[in-house]
Amino acid sequence: MYPDDRKYTKDHEWAKREDGLVRVGITSFAAERLSDIVFVELPKVGAEVKAGEAFGAIESVKAASDLYAPISGKIAEANAAVVETPEIVNQDPHGTAWMVVLEASDEAEWEGLMDAAAYGEFVASEEGEG
Amino acid sequence: MSEQRARRTPLYEIHVAAGARMVPFAGWEMPIQYGGVVEEHRAVRTRAGLFDVSHMGEVRIEGPAALAALQRLLTNDVSRLAVGAGLYSPMCNPTGGIVDDLIVFRVDDDAYMMVVNASRSATDLSWIREHAAEAAVHDISDEVALLALQGPRAEAILSEASGADYSRMQPFQIASGFRVAGAEVTVARTGYTGEDGFEISAPWGEAAAVWEGLFAAAGPGGLTPVGLGARDTLRLESGMMLYGQDIDETTSPLEAPLSWTVSFDKETFVGREALAEQRRRGVSRRLVGIEAEERAIPRHGAPILGGEARIGSVTSGTFSPTLRCPIAMGYVQREWATGKELEVEVRGRRVPARVVRLPFYKRKGR
Repeated sequence: MYPDDRKYTKDHEWAKREDGLVRVGITSFAAERLSDIVFVELPKVGAEVKAGEAFGAIESVKAASDLYAPISGKIAEANAAVVETPEIVNQDPHGTAWMVVLEASDEAEWEGLMDAAAYGEFVASEEGEG
Repeated sequence: MSEQRARRTPLYEIHVAAGARMVPFAGWEMPIQYGGVVEEHRAVRTRAGLFDVSHMGEVRIEGPAALAALQRLLTNDVSRLAVGAGLYSPMCNPTGGIVDDLIVFRVDDDAYMMVVNASRSATDLSWIREHAAEAAVHDISDEVALLALQGPRAEAILSEASGADYSRMQPFQIASGFRVAGAEVTVARTGYTGEDGFEISAPWGEAAAVWEGLFAAAGPGGLTPVGLGARDTLRLESGMMLYGQDIDETTSPLEAPLSWTVSFDKETFVGREALAEQRRRGVSRRLVGIEAEERAIPRHGAPILGGEARIGSVTSGTFSPTLRCPIAMGYVQREWATGKELEVEVRGRRVPARVVRLPFYKRKGR
């Protein structure tokens, strides 16, 4: 159900390795839970982020929610498309609506992330709690 | 309260089958959304939406002492109600704080029905019994399910479903004896969305049939189920108060934009002295409409700044699906309540904002 070309966090972010960099976004589960996303706030290129810490925010009609970095690193790219047309996060969270590209600073952190199967189970357990 | 099991309305299974996300609300398991908040919001503004509001409380007050009791309990003037008419009123405590806001209908010569907030119904009941000891007070919340049919197509759908004509029914009127899907229902021309619409009460056990009957009458795509998410965006666009957020026991109707609901012509009612004193002195803060000028939504609790000073707090805020911008309400010190430029703090950042007239949205033709 979740693409297995990437890893996942308990904060419902995905991280995908691409040419030595890491592309980051939110999962379809997160996008659906937030529903009707209206604003996305992203850091500037060059900003340093730490694994598990907030690097941006997403506002839906219902609530505001922080974006948490799956791994530490430096922002290499921020997706202007999600800032200008936030609704694409609801439509294509695993594709065109990525958030940032990171230059990872600690390769070891990658091993702490969940694969697609583990994330799928994690989501199922969260859904079970309602 | 949190240890009690959440209660379910008679429509719980229908909501789940329709794909609703159920959330705890005031001790109930309620649908927050089915498809999406914006989609549901637009359906109410352009066609029609149906809400399950069976969690709300209904209290009957009757007997020869009923009117006098209500006149003492409520700030608005209940004596002007003819049979079949209703009005909105705060119920205040002696300091002028709001115990609850509600709608009261005169359903018979000596009989009234109040529709109160789910989150307040237990508090309300003991308050009412304490201050209306001489009248007969009946909690009928467990017998009455309530559905809100709202939107420009509401009247046509209800007519189709019940075979009756509502074209001459005025806002806040109530009438009984209609039938929807075989169930006897009472219909009031009221709502919490800023659109035309009806609140339909049905016997608890027949609510599901009424819900299905309204959908059948509306035809495919003609009616959308709407959850608490869009209920909040709709009422906020329309400048309506949400109890527990915009008003509570520490805020007065004169601070909220509810002065029109306080009838100082009445000789006495609970809170009158405190409110009269507030009116003489002038209130120190007012609830105002706020539009933020950046892409950030001021939400409940966000500080409001005037210059360098904190001058108030946001009580409600959301993204307006109709206006496509952030809208909020909050209390500010009196001198900041008209046409001022101010700032709201959102996620540690100061966002330019301004005071605007309520409501944010008004339907055409009114």
